[in-house]
Amino acid sequence: MSSILSLYRSAIGKKAVMAVSGFLLVGFVLGHMAGNFKIFLGEEKFNHYAEWLREIGSPALPHGGALWIARIVLLGAVLLHIHSAWSLTRASRKARPERYRRKLSARQATYASRTMRWGGVIIVLFVFFHLAHFTWGWSWAHPDFDPGNAYRNVVEGFRVPWVVAFYIVAQLALGLHLYHGFWSALQSLGWDHRAIDSWRRPAAATIAVALTLGNTALAISVLTGWVG
Amino acid sequence: MRLTLHIWRQKNGGDAGGFVSYPRQDVSPDMSFLEMLDVLNEELTEAGDEPVAFDHDCREGICGACGVMINGVAHGPEPGTATCQLHMRKFKDGDEIRVEPFRSRAFPILKDLVVDRSPLDEIIQAGGFISVNTGSAPEANLMPVPRRDAERAMDAAECIGCGACVAQCPNGAGQLFTAAKISHLAELPQGQPERASRASAMVEVMESYFGSCSNFAECEAVCPKGISIDFIAQMNREYLRSRFK
Repeated sequence: MSSILSLYRSAIGKKAVMAVSGFLLVGFVLGHMAGNFKIFLGEEKFNHYAEWLREIGSPALPHGGALWIARIVLLGAVLLHIHSAWSLTRASRKARPERYRRKLSARQATYASRTMRWGGVIIVLFVFFHLAHFTWGWSWAHPDFDPGNAYRNVVEGFRVPWVVAFYIVAQLALGLHLYHGFWSALQSLGWDHRAIDSWRRPAAATIAVALTLGNTALAISVLTGWVG
Repeated sequence: MRLTLHIWRQKNGGDAGGFVSYPRQDVSPDMSFLEMLDVLNEELTEAGDEPVAFDHDCREGICGACGVMINGVAHGPEPGTATCQLHMRKFKDGDEIRVEPFRSRAFPILKDLVVDRSPLDEIIQAGGFISVNTGSAPEANLMPVPRRDAERAMDAAECIGCGACVAQCPNGAGQLFTAAKISHLAELPQGQPERASRASAMVEVMESYFGSCSNFAECEAVCPKGISIDFIAQMNREYLRSRFK
């Protein structure tokens, strides 16, 4: 335990924590998307899936127990991910107190890598809206929210064009974030073995494209009336 | 060639500094960038002005002494080249060239384009060596090294410690330099006994001076020796492993 805490004091350690928490969050968004695809199977199947999420581990766990465990773990991962990014950014700003008069010309840094920090801010804002929209059902975000019917909430939520537009922007930000983030996390953990070297970039690109397209397709399917 | 140079002039560490413009006529395209500055300095000296201070030594790209920012790029526009081996034919007639010192909190400006890069030496002092008995030379093939390890160690050992990686990094990180030095010794049998303590000690000094790595790979792009960021992954691995020993 103490070695983990002392690890977090170092910048490389913080990057490792950022990488591991990032992997956890990537795993979550992939699972989240896969589960949400049940929307294409209709109201009954989708609501049954939503109910099942609350019944995982039953009867050992109380109703919604597994869901709360997952929420706490995810919240922990999000906080560590943001805190490490925040403190490393501050340390890096301090490393060059006097700016270059002639701006640095980027040589090979990708657009994705240069937008990690602000992209992260967009994703945080999106997650907050997403929770207000579909979990808390706040009326400004979702006027017709019904806590008992997840399917209707999604269908009515995605009938609003500006909402779908915001979701698409957020999914593009997420895709860019993961394109750099997934590859970068492997780098931060020192997983650059020759056996995996050739698929690090393609894997990051695949995950990024799959998530962006998958989530966007879901929202657009509802907006165009193909679902619901 | 006709060029306009805008060179950062700063009397000492306390001076605010600023750009001074020097229109140049008759620049030979066969000159190196440093030779072009030499000619300017001769003229400045003859006119009774202070010459532009810049670091240089071997002028054949192996010592790591030279290095300035040329139009926002460490060592200028030609990849895989130190400033001393950059030739003026890489520029176009009429170009405006902005020359600035490497900037980092760890590299205080001493004068004009000269910065103090001693934090890089401190990183080496923390562990960039092997402790051996210095008796008579051992037999050459006493310690066999697999060819792949030897090649990788050589790739890392190419680092000349110029500091361009720090200068170009948007985070002002010293990762590529430190990674090259750690990896170089971690690949070889002689480096094994102190492998973990070396990684830990060198990273600690590095982090006390420099920013952190966002894997932008800008360092790799400007490195005159083309050191790969694969070594940064290796350093991360060596360091993380050392923490759990």
